[in-house]
Amino acid sequence: MNESSTRRDFVKLLGFGGVVFASGLAGACSNMVRRPGSQDDDFFFVQLSDTHWGFKGPPNPEAANTLRQAVQAVNALPRQPDFVVFTGDLTHTTDDVAERHKRMREFKAIVADLKAPAQRYMPGEHDASLDEGKAFQENFGATHYSFEHKGIHFAVLDNVSDPQAAIGDAQIDWLLADLKPLSAEAPIVVFTHRPLFDLAPQWDWTTKDGSKAIDLLQHWKNVTVFYGHIHQEHHFRTGAIAHHAAQSLIFPLPAPLSQPKRAPVPWDPAHPRRGLGFREISVDGTRLVLTLKEDSLEGKGAAQAAAVGGSY
Amino acid sequence: MRGLQWILGASLAALLATTSPEVTAQDKVIQVTAERFKFTPGVIELKVGEPVVLELTTLDRKHGFQVPDLKVDENIEPGKVTRVRIVPSKAGTFEFHCDVFCGSGHEEMAGEIVVKA
Repeated sequence: MNESSTRRDFVKLLGFGGVVFASGLAGACSNMVRRPGSQDDDFFFVQLSDTHWGFKGPPNPEAANTLRQAVQAVNALPRQPDFVVFTGDLTHTTDDVAERHKRMREFKAIVADLKAPAQRYMPGEHDASLDEGKAFQENFGATHYSFEHKGIHFAVLDNVSDPQAAIGDAQIDWLLADLKPLSAEAPIVVFTHRPLFDLAPQWDWTTKDGSKAIDLLQHWKNVTVFYGHIHQEHHFRTGAIAHHAAQSLIFPLPAPLSQPKRAPVPWDPAHPRRGLGFREISVDGTRLVLTLKEDSLEGKGAAQAAAVGGSY
Repeated sequence: MRGLQWILGASLAALLATTSPEVTAQDKVIQVTAERFKFTPGVIELKVGEPVVLELTTLDRKHGFQVPDLKVDENIEPGKVTRVRIVPSKAGTFEFHCDVFCGSGHEEMAGEIVVKA
């Protein structure tokens, strides 16, 4: 398949269902320039967030099925993503260390069914804040790291292993050292769990020292941040940096400060998967435009739901 | 910043808050306890013009006491008393919450400072 047809396929893929954010809209980064020597072809990746495996409660009576439904929905995409990234809160918190490890093992077993060739993980506060990331590291590896993929630099930031929601100076120094070799025009994607900016400090939707990371990232012209934590789609800009929050895969939360408490949106038996979903991010290989498509789990076949009834 | 500090900007939010203050005999002191996953009392009622000192203690583990509108951001450590002086100058409601993740239920660990005329 040549490059042109690949691009046409992307257009087709993005043209059906869901909500598409074209380049430049809602802070999607545009006109990014690939680094010399990088492979030039289109690709896309999928962001899943806040799966909270192990959660039980009225906000999602189907919690034992939702993660499997998400895996099936991603596997059912017309094309498979280059990788799937999970932006934190893979598991729901528990005081029981053995249960914490058990939930992480179960999570890994379920997402092992993804057809995508690679997965990337990072913790949320539910995974890491009670033990400063110990169990997460034992099960998934480092909590902050970077990698390259087809000319884009990806950096994963941990703002949850510190229970006070700080990145910490050591990690900020690491980020600076990691990005320093890149040109000012280099395309950079940051994954993190909490918003780096003060979205709603009253609801703990912030990172204590997130401004340090934002100040640092402002030195590069093409930075996009994908995060979770707030269980809803949200788009924001700080200077040149675009920030995109993803829907959760457990229960939606209300819009920031739209009500007195950040209580989950009540479960609706008529629409049991409303507000749950994931995101496809496509990368145009020539202009390097990121295009976001929001996919909802609502409407994914009831037969699927029945088929994935689990034993966990 | 945690520790001894004057929050000058807080006057813009209708209250003046000072952390780690000296407590005088004239001060009205309100005891506030933190435990998973609640503060007691959950609603702290104050009157305009009547300064108070909140004495924060924890019954179980480390918690946080953050009042974003007042720029108060304190830790509550086991075995220690954390004091915050508040000088209400205007009626209103100010939300506070625990900002040290403490387990399932942490998200609900919050309360209100209600200042009445």
